Amino acid sequence: MFRNQYDTDVTTWSPAGRLFQVEYAMEAVKQGSAAIGLRSKTHVVLGCVNKANSELSSHQKKIFEVDDHIGVAIAGLTADGRVLSRYMRNECINYSFTYESPLPVGRLVVQLADKAQVCTQRSWKRPYGVGLLVAGLDESGAHLYYNCPSGNYFEYQAFAIGSRSQAAKTYLERRFENFTGSSRDDLVKDAIMAIRETLQGETLKSSICTIAVVGAGEPFHVLDQGTVQQIIDTFETAAEQEDPATEPDAATGQEAAAEQGTAADHGGSTDEGAAPMDI
Amino acid sequence: MPKEQANWSPYDNNGGSCVAVAGADYCVIAADTRMSTGYNILTRDYSKICKLADKCVMASSGFQADVKALQKHLAARHLIYQHQHNKQMSCPAMAQLLSNTLYYKRFFPYYSFNVLGGLDNEGKGCVFTYDAVGSYEKVGYSSQGSGSTLIMPFLDNQLKSPSPLLLPAQDAVTPLAEAEAIDLVKTVFALASERDIYTGDKLEIVVINADGIRREYMDLRKD
Repeated sequence: MFRNQYDTDVTTWSPAGRLFQVEYAMEAVKQGSAAIGLRSKTHVVLGCVNKANSELSSHQKKIFEVDDHIGVAIAGLTADGRVLSRYMRNECINYSFTYESPLPVGRLVVQLADKAQVCTQRSWKRPYGVGLLVAGLDESGAHLYYNCPSGNYFEYQAFAIGSRSQAAKTYLERRFENFTGSSRDDLVKDAIMAIRETLQGETLKSSICTIAVVGAGEPFHVLDQGTVQQIIDTFETAAEQEDPATEPDAATGQEAAAEQGTAADHGGSTDEGAAPMDI
Repeated sequence: MPKEQANWSPYDNNGGSCVAVAGADYCVIAADTRMSTGYNILTRDYSKICKLADKCVMASSGFQADVKALQKHLAARHLIYQHQHNKQMSCPAMAQLLSNTLYYKRFFPYYSFNVLGGLDNEGKGCVFTYDAVGSYEKVGYSSQGSGSTLIMPFLDNQLKSPSPLLLPAQDAVTPLAEAEAIDLVKTVFALASERDIYTGDKLEIVVINADGIRREYMDLRKD
């Protein structure tokens, strides 16, 4: 994509009928570190790669609990994701308060999509630079949705977003037909394997990924590092390499996995250790 | 001609009594389960007790519609707190929140007379007692509701709490053991049921200690 004379404003159409600012916002999602989601009939699993800005900092929180029955994984501008998570949490609380029942996932994603659309049609706003994988359970079953900055949303059996997500998508495409009948544990394993695909060579260990599950009788929660490491150990035949550089990484990974998340907001707020936004 | 007065009130009193007693490592919160209006009973089986957080329970008597709205409001606020802080609210924190929530409606109050009971961050029992607009105090024990005028003097006599005005500050929690405190609470409600027409039917007791929360019931006079 190259700069052109129609990309200054989000309210300017190109002659080909494109809104370049919206498309650029979707590019921001592709720059973020990977997030994946997959669902079976009764469970939905979200996973993401923990990328820290530097060895000194903790990684950013990319998976958020929205309600007991809904969780979200984000890729892109994490600040935008945080703000949208707060909006989603609020919507769930208000719905529960009024109707004494959990907000159906399909309703929430529509509200989210409408909110994103507003930012594509106001000259004083910019689109949200974050893609959201919304995982949830309601009366109609388990759902996985993808909300993008354009205001569109799609339902998926399995999906991956962010950098190097194509590798995960290829893996998921090969296996997705089995997911509906998968057990919860198999689903978690598949999620970790999909994450591994995005790492492309890097050692898979629990400090580099975060996994969260929601299912029938199981409220949304992030799996603790110990559990994830156990699952990794069952299929990782190679022993973990002893890399001194990973020690501080594992330590910050541990601290971050205790879900203190954005409390340690050192340095830049961009994902992926990429250069700060030039725009 | 005398001026015509409004005869519709937004409030009603559903009666009932609540009690809470704090111990060194436990807290007992109890309320009867009778819900009435005027001289009639609406139901014999209505809980006035609500768990607000892991270690924090509230019992409220007064207008139950306002009580329900207040409980829902606090539960929603607690959820927001959990999202933001990644932990449960402590009892003293909830106590302040309840006070602020009540005062927010200073000019159209929640007709709700509350006692908040639970464990503080050190695991010690604490009880907070409120009026309808949020004035509150940390005490060793308290009662609210229609039977409180009968119950409070009895608790004062049995638990002999030191004055909060004394210096150095003295511990308000009772030295009684948990089982003794529960017995005291049962006695107190049997006492109130005798003379207060709005208290009776069944007693619901909630006990919070280091092991968690448990619930007990006891029958009271049904007349």
